[in-house]
Amino acid sequence: MRKIYPGAKEALDGLLFDGMTIMAGGFGLCGIPENLIAALRDSGVKGLTVISNNAGVDGFGLGQLLETRQIRKMVSSYVGENKEFERQYLAGELELEFNPQGTLAERIRAGGAGIPAFFTATGVGTLVAEGKEVREFDGRKYVMETGLVSDLSIVKAWKADERGNLVFRKTARNFNPMMATAGKVTVVEVEEIVPVGSLDPDQIHTPGIYVDRLIVGTFEKRIEQRTVRQRETA
Amino acid sequence: MPRTRDQLAQRAAQELQDGFYVNLGIGIPTLVANYIPEGMTVTLQSENGMLGMGPFPYDDQVDPDLINAGKQTITEIPESAYFSSADSFAMIRGGHINLSILGAMEVAENGDIANWMIPGKLVKGMGGAMDLVAGVKRVVVVMEHANKHGQSKVLKRCTLPLTGTGVVSRIITDLCVFDVKPDGAGLELIELADGVTLEEVAAKTEAAYTVASGLA
Repeated sequence: MRKIYPGAKEALDGLLFDGMTIMAGGFGLCGIPENLIAALRDSGVKGLTVISNNAGVDGFGLGQLLETRQIRKMVSSYVGENKEFERQYLAGELELEFNPQGTLAERIRAGGAGIPAFFTATGVGTLVAEGKEVREFDGRKYVMETGLVSDLSIVKAWKADERGNLVFRKTARNFNPMMATAGKVTVVEVEEIVPVGSLDPDQIHTPGIYVDRLIVGTFEKRIEQRTVRQRETA
Repeated sequence: MPRTRDQLAQRAAQELQDGFYVNLGIGIPTLVANYIPEGMTVTLQSENGMLGMGPFPYDDQVDPDLINAGKQTITEIPESAYFSSADSFAMIRGGHINLSILGAMEVAENGDIANWMIPGKLVKGMGGAMDLVAGVKRVVVVMEHANKHGQSKVLKRCTLPLTGTGVVSRIITDLCVFDVKPDGAGLELIELADGVTLEEVAAKTEAAYTVASGLA
C-alpha cells in the first residue's frame, strides 16, 4: 500500500464530510499542517469540530477556516490570538470548549491508546470539573476526563520515510505525535520524504503504523512573536 | 518603596535552588530567568515541549520551529531536550517539576489561585496554568499586591473563577512576601520590601495573616 500522495487535495480525497471531527497539530503557529489546512478550506467541508491547542491567527493557520465559517466548534486550551474567532464566539456563531492544555494532550494520547477515560488532579475545584465525576485516590481528589479520537487527524512532521515513519523537529513536535495516534485516518505533511532505511529506527518519534497518507508540503512557517536579542557591538 | 517588576523577579529568583527544574509563567515570572544566580544550575521547562531553554535568538538565529510557551522565538542550549505536549504535561502532572513561578489575578489565604478568566470579559483560555498549579511540587506566585483599581489581590476568598484550589505555597508581591501555611492554616507575612511598613501591608491586604516573629 502506497501512502504517498501527490498533494494535499489528493491526500484528503474521500475523507471529508460535513460535521466531522478533525484534530490539527501545532502549538500557536509552530508545527501546524499548513498545506492540509489550506486544502480543507478549499474543499468547503463545513460544520467542523476542530480539536487543536489554539485557533490560528487571522488569515493564517486555522484562522483561514474560521474566516470561511467552516468551523462549528473548537476544542482548545488557549485562543487569544484571533480577532475573527473572538467576533464569531461573542456573536454565538462558534462553540468553544476549553480544556487545560495538559488535559487536552492526555485526552488525545488516551484516545489514541484505547483508553476511554482517566483521572487527573488538573481542574479539580474549578469550572473545568463541573458535571464531571470526581474521585478520591490516596486522599487527593481527581476529575475524570475522557479520551478523544477524531475522524481525521492532520499532522505536520519534519521528515518521513516512504512507510510513514516520522521525525519531528524542535518544538514543532507539540501535539502532533498524539494526534497522529488518535485519528481514524491520519494524514501527514512533511518537509521531506526520504527512502526507507535512511532514518535511524532508534530516532523515529512516530512509527508509520499511525500514518495513513503522506505528502510533501511547502511551508511559510509564520512566526507569532519574533523575539530577538541584540549582539553587543565590539 | 514597593518593588519594581525587575526587583520582583530578582526576589522570586531567590526561590531557585541548584538542580531545580522550573517552569516560569508569562510576564514578570519570565524575567526571573535573568536573575539565576551565578554557578547555579537551573533547567527551564517550556510546556510546549522543551527542557533547557536558552536565551532569545540573535536576528540570524531565529527558527520558527523553536518557540517558548509564550510563542516567542528562543534558542536551545547543549543540554536541551524536546518532547511532545503529552510528555511535557506528564512531567508537570507527575510532580517532576520542582517549582513553578506564576503570575495571578487573585490569591486567597487558603492557597487558591485565579489567573485565567474574568467573567464578562473575553476568555482566552487557561493554557497550561491549571495543569501547572495542580502538578508542580511548589507553586510561587509573583504579582502586584493590588490591582489597577488599588484593590488587594491577596484575598480571604478568590472572587474570580479558580485555576486551582489550595495549591499556592508562597506569594511574592511588590510590598511583601507571604507564606501559605499547609492545610488551610492561613497566611504568614515573612518579609517586607525595603521601606514598606507593617501598617502599609495591613492597609492594602484584604486577607487575614499572621506576622512572622522576626517582623513584628
